[in-house]
Amino acid sequence: MQYLVSVIDANTGLATPDEMAAIDAFNDRLEAEGHWVFAAGLESPSTATVIDNRGGEAVFTDGPFLESKEYLAGFWIIKAPDLDVALKLAAEGSKHCNRKVEVRPLLG
Amino acid sequence: MSVIDVREAVTQAHHEEWARVVASLTRRFGDLDIAEEAAAEAFATAVERWPADGVPPNPGTWLTTTANRQAIDRIRRVNKRDGKQKQAQMLYDDDPPVPAGPIEDDRLRLIFTCCHPALAMATRVALTLRMVGGLTVPEIARAFLVQEITMGQRITRAKAKIKAARIPYRVPSAEDLPARVSGVLAVLFLVFNEGYLATGPGTDAVRQDLTAEAIRLTRLIRALMPQDGEAAGLLALMLLTEARRTARVSASGELVPLDEQDRGTWDATLIAEGHRLVRERLAAGVAPGRYQILAAISAVHTSAHDIRDTDWSQVLALYDQLVHLDPSPIIALNRAIAVAELDGPEVALAAVDRLEDKLGTPARSPAGARGADRRRVGHGPRACPRARGAGMLSRGVRPESGLRRGDCGPPRGHSPRPASRSPAISAPARSCRCSSPAATASWSTPAASPVSGPRQGPASRSPLTACRSSPSRASPKHSSKTCTPMRRRSGSSWSCRVS
Repeated sequence: MQYLVSVIDANTGLATPDEMAAIDAFNDRLEAEGHWVFAAGLESPSTATVIDNRGGEAVFTDGPFLESKEYLAGFWIIKAPDLDVALKLAAEGSKHCNRKVEVRPLLG
Repeated sequence: MSVIDVREAVTQAHHEEWARVVASLTRRFGDLDIAEEAAAEAFATAVERWPADGVPPNPGTWLTTTANRQAIDRIRRVNKRDGKQKQAQMLYDDDPPVPAGPIEDDRLRLIFTCCHPALAMATRVALTLRMVGGLTVPEIARAFLVQEITMGQRITRAKAKIKAARIPYRVPSAEDLPARVSGVLAVLFLVFNEGYLATGPGTDAVRQDLTAEAIRLTRLIRALMPQDGEAAGLLALMLLTEARRTARVSASGELVPLDEQDRGTWDATLIAEGHRLVRERLAAGVAPGRYQILAAISAVHTSAHDIRDTDWSQVLALYDQLVHLDPSPIIALNRAIAVAELDGPEVALAAVDRLEDKLGTPARSPAGARGADRRRVGHGPRACPRARGAGMLSRGVRPESGLRRGDCGPPRGHSPRPASRSPAISAPARSCRCSSPAATASWSTPAASPVSGPRQGPASRSPLTACRSSPSRASPKHSSKTCTPMRRRSGSSWSCRVS
């Protein structure tokens, strides 16, 4: 089972060097224990572009699709046998990156 | 067998076997929905067939077998309808279910799944009452004053989340167990408090159906985890509180403060059982958690034949320990009441005044105590602006008869914890309705923000040391309790004899 672990930020900016080091160490552990699928940090929401091509003509809009105080700053996709394991890993992830995270299962 | 006998047999089987049937089916089919529906169908079949066929010699096995067949039939029907060819092998497994024994574990699994921390508190309560308690959705909806459809959706969403997010169906690892058990006990305590401090307009002052259900489920936890001190403590606390139920409500439906209760009407059997559990925990020699301390406080109160016989020094010593586990102002307030009894109201008032600083804004509960204390030191009710209302609250007048429910909420910014609203700490004469569960109140109204879970003080880190006990000598009805609280410089220990 795969879970998306979203990192939620509220204008604290990019990770500090200490946070980056902690995240790297955590990522190594995820890989070593077979939980790693993918992870990435994201540029700020202001760099986003929204595209809507449902009407046959693509409409591009500057900015994120949702303006909010809290936004997605990065994510992990992890493999875990059940939610308990995923929650534990996410709790560690939150600690290492020093931000709130949200766990959501990927459609199986 | 008469119709009434059969009906009683079905009711009894429902009480005794529901959780077992749901738990074993959930394990087998890995799906709470299927388990719940099949269990309900099996009981409906029993209601239909038992009057004619007679009650089977082993109702539990009959119900589990019947439910298993119902579940398999349902899965086959669904698969056929959906035109799916893939049918798991286990679904064709017509072997009789595993007899009782390891199934005990299944019920624990079920409880831990229903009380999973990834579910909102209100959801955990609803799911536990449905899956483990066997209450129907309308019953649960009525109990918590929400619409049936809302409660149904809450339970459905929870089952969907458990399935989709793969909340595991197992007893947590030893490492996680203490925290998860606290979570389960918090759910049961909430159910009990909802019954004990019934909040709904037009509801009875005490909802016996809920307190009884909470006790039944706590007994189950206690039976499944006999080594868990807090489970025993919570059960004792509930029993000692329930024992005073009839004395607690007057003929006109108003709450009667502890000092005015007719102690002769207290249930001696429940008190005896509660005291036994407290003694057992004292004898265990393990640092107690909050429920055990609350139960011990309740044991002190229920040991006194008259309010004047209450051993306040013991009550205070126990509160001193509780404050270490839970520094909340409400515990401190209840402690102040014991101080008032021992050292006089002026000393207690000083403590209450210090509490107000902590609370930020004066809460009604402190005002309640203050109003009461001021009266005692000779100030009229007008001495404190809130004394009239607060005094009324503190004397346990039902809020709806005098104050709006909203007035009883906790101070803003203070996170309420179930233990701080313990019925056991609604100490003498000032059973503060006002410390009534914010949690309960807010999940009675589904639109309110989700309830934060209780913070449990880890017993293992408690500064408390072991307890000493002495064996029982007499029936509690005639018991005398000698409690010798001892304070040490480095912390505190309790030594408490319930004889």
